[in-house]
Amino acid sequence: MGYRTIIGLEIHAELSTKTKMFCSCTNAFGGEANTHCCPVCAGLPGALPLLNKKAVEYAIKAGIAFNTKINTRTRMDRKNYFYADLVKGYQISQDTIPLCEEGYIEIEMEEGTKRVNLQRIHIEEDTGKLTHTMEGDTLIDYNRAGVPLIEIVTKPDMNTPEEARLFLEKLRATLKYIEVSDVKMEEGSLRCDVNINVLDTESGVRTNITEIKNLNSFRGAVKAMEYEEKRHIDRLGKGENTLKETRRWDEVKGETISMREKGESADYRFAADGDLAAIEIAEEWIGEIRNGLPELPHDKKERFMREYDLLEYDAGVLTASKGLSIFFEDTVKLIDDPKLVGNWIMGDILRRLKDEDLEIEDTKLSPQDLSQLIALVKSEKINNNTGKKVLKEIFDTGKDPESIVRERGLIQISDESQIREIVEKVLEDNRQSIEDYKNGKDRALGFLVGQVMKASRGKANPQLANKMILDIMKEKY
Amino acid sequence: MDIEKLTAVETKEMIGKKEISVQELVESYLSRIDSVDKDLNAFISVSRSEALEDAKRLDKKIGRGEALGALAGLPIGIKDNIITRNIRTTCGSKMLENFIPPYDAKVVEMIKKEDGIILGKLNLDEFAMGSSTETSYFGRTKNPIDMERVPGGSSGGSAAAVKAGEVALSLGTDTGGSTRQPAAFCDLVGIKPSYGLVSRYGLVSLANSLDTVGVLGKDVRDAGLLLSTLADFDPMDSTSSEKANRETIVAALESGNKLEDIRGMRVALPKEFFQVEMDQGISREINKAIRLLESLGANIEEISLPHLEYSLAVYHIIVASEISSNLARFDGIRYGYRAEEYSSLDELYINSRTEALGEEVKRRIMFGTYYLSESNTDSHYEKALRLRRLIKEDFDKAFEKFDIILSPTSPILPFKFGEKTRDPLSMYKADLFTVPVNLGGFCAMSLPCGYEEGLPIGLQIIGDRFKDADIIKAGLALEGGLKNGL
Repeated sequence: MGYRTIIGLEIHAELSTKTKMFCSCTNAFGGEANTHCCPVCAGLPGALPLLNKKAVEYAIKAGIAFNTKINTRTRMDRKNYFYADLVKGYQISQDTIPLCEEGYIEIEMEEGTKRVNLQRIHIEEDTGKLTHTMEGDTLIDYNRAGVPLIEIVTKPDMNTPEEARLFLEKLRATLKYIEVSDVKMEEGSLRCDVNINVLDTESGVRTNITEIKNLNSFRGAVKAMEYEEKRHIDRLGKGENTLKETRRWDEVKGETISMREKGESADYRFAADGDLAAIEIAEEWIGEIRNGLPELPHDKKERFMREYDLLEYDAGVLTASKGLSIFFEDTVKLIDDPKLVGNWIMGDILRRLKDEDLEIEDTKLSPQDLSQLIALVKSEKINNNTGKKVLKEIFDTGKDPESIVRERGLIQISDESQIREIVEKVLEDNRQSIEDYKNGKDRALGFLVGQVMKASRGKANPQLANKMILDIMKEKY
Repeated sequence: MDIEKLTAVETKEMIGKKEISVQELVESYLSRIDSVDKDLNAFISVSRSEALEDAKRLDKKIGRGEALGALAGLPIGIKDNIITRNIRTTCGSKMLENFIPPYDAKVVEMIKKEDGIILGKLNLDEFAMGSSTETSYFGRTKNPIDMERVPGGSSGGSAAAVKAGEVALSLGTDTGGSTRQPAAFCDLVGIKPSYGLVSRYGLVSLANSLDTVGVLGKDVRDAGLLLSTLADFDPMDSTSSEKANRETIVAALESGNKLEDIRGMRVALPKEFFQVEMDQGISREINKAIRLLESLGANIEEISLPHLEYSLAVYHIIVASEISSNLARFDGIRYGYRAEEYSSLDELYINSRTEALGEEVKRRIMFGTYYLSESNTDSHYEKALRLRRLIKEDFDKAFEKFDIILSPTSPILPFKFGEKTRDPLSMYKADLFTVPVNLGGFCAMSLPCGYEEGLPIGLQIIGDRFKDADIIKAGLALEGGLKNGL
């Protein structure tokens, strides 16, 4: 028995340069239709493209971050085809000599690190955007036409949808780290196509490759891959094969739907674009770009392990997003307890971010808030549970923890006489539990502590309460 | 006085001396257009009101005693495949019959900046594909020398307009001879500058690796004057060269037609050019010019350019391939002609292009699509690019030893309408002497050098890339020598 799933990805990322790839029009998401347009990006006759050096620089940054080789002599090619979103009847892209070749991205899995190899990264221009109206018209917005893109093509090195997800997460985080793309799938600045098939390891039979398009989120991509993996295995089980085709993911139905069968591959009649001079890249420039790169996630993770004495897993989580890693370090600067800061971030904070699909920088929580909060807990002014409540309130209101604690009277009761009073009352009311405890039921102690916490409205120092219950039981009962 | 018979340089002097106002001059040219163009058909669009406004504005400037541009007041015509803001630009095609561009080509901008007056847009073979100006959607242009004959092409309108005195100077374009051959057919000077000397921004691409803007004038100084205002590096055109500069050209023009420039000039005659079968009279007149050069002290030597025989095939493949891609943007979506009936996107494309593009255009698109297709590109397009390099290297070698290379501009004399339309191959062959210059990116001039039964013959002077000043120098000297009947 055995099936091996084979997954390769093609990712398009829009580069966040100020201007478009071949003209000086603004590169920005949205805007009134056809306002970020000029003779070049509208494909008017006579207009000539001019290569945006920044776009090349950003692509080289990505190449360095993904360990590729940079081709110092390359060129732009024309990919010829007709479509309404394409203004010139060809897309300016790269064919035989991509800017970046080979390279890899490493993903962290429970079994260890896995290397996913890349085939290439090339630069090209984005197309316009079509909107189909209810009336049956098609509206075209060319604001996006000419926006610089990188296309990242992997080798078919992933074997589970989970691996593909980890790859995409790592890729997105890295592009964000090096600040070359907004990587927002919902705005289309990151787009992903999947190639997937399955090998029957016993018979050696291989299904035909399905290409999945129209994936708007990582979650959708994973679901689509899982769906396809199962479909391919089902076919193999029945002794059938899949069609070589392109399918799209239908989020609502939760299934992939055939778009078109892939017969002979399209003939794009690639040829060098003579309007653009050959691209020659100086080694010194690559060196400058390399030196200017911010610390990459992998290096940062290693440093976190070294500098903050964190476990590999923890360091990995804390460096997965640039914002989170900065937040962590800024907090540690204010309160020198990396382990504790890490735990707070990886616990309730990350859960909240995940639930609301937010980045840390989009929330009201600041490193100052978190450091104050941790200080309050550490000094036992509030207990851990109260701390969690305070955190929630910071997220909701943006108030600082000390004000919250003060206003809501949440200071922990550590005064022995105060706690003694509560404990005595609780013991008085729960004689059965005392009996139970004496008869060896340890759980009864927990119940009693709970009752004390309840009676103190959560403010009692739980360790102290625990100790006093034992003391008083010994004394009195 | 027939003002339109003056050269541009003479006209400019008159304006400078205030012997004529720009308005008077422009009105005179416009009335000339009114009287001859109905028959001649050199113009597709006459920008009458804009020209008169520009003239009045310039007269005021002159009145204020302000410094004037190098083309001040000169009536200039623009080939209609060069983009002009607010003046429709048709490329001689039904596809762009109503296309009014929102921007100016760089060369148009420069002409305006130098105070030139644009009178309108000139006829051409559809999308500059042809050598006779017979394929224009707007009708054929006649040759002012013999109205039964073609003016050459594709810049036939540009040549006819200058010859007929409708404009003082004109812009053509030259991809394989389209400026030089009509100059030869209309007894004018036409210059195809080095590739990269003049901005292509706003020149509607035919074959973008070969296209150049060209200039036409009554004599070398006129054509040189226009070229000198346009030669400049344009950062908006990636194929423009930083080597482009006007100073050497201006200097060559100012030094005048010095016969002593000829002495010691190293002149090459490629034997392959002279083995070609030519119309009667052409080799006789060319040989006369060569003997003149020799008598003036030029060192003349026969050379061989061994790969020349491939140039027509190479040219044809490269041009068609680039055309098939360059003309893809004319799809009826954003501008230009759109078919009235279609039921799908594909049908919109097919019907619009079928209805709005002419035979020759379609023929070349089909050829190019074939050459670039995956299974053919290695044996056709890529091979043509390799051969192109060899042809260029032949010339490079020659230019190590020689200043200029001479040949006839065209192996044929101006022919009668329809004479060659049924045989596209023989039309292609007429470009034999001119296409290698474009393949190598070199510069060349066609200079009038004699007649056969009243039909003009052009001599082609080819120079190394960015040695445009050299061909102007040689042209000036030779022109002077020929005029003086030396």
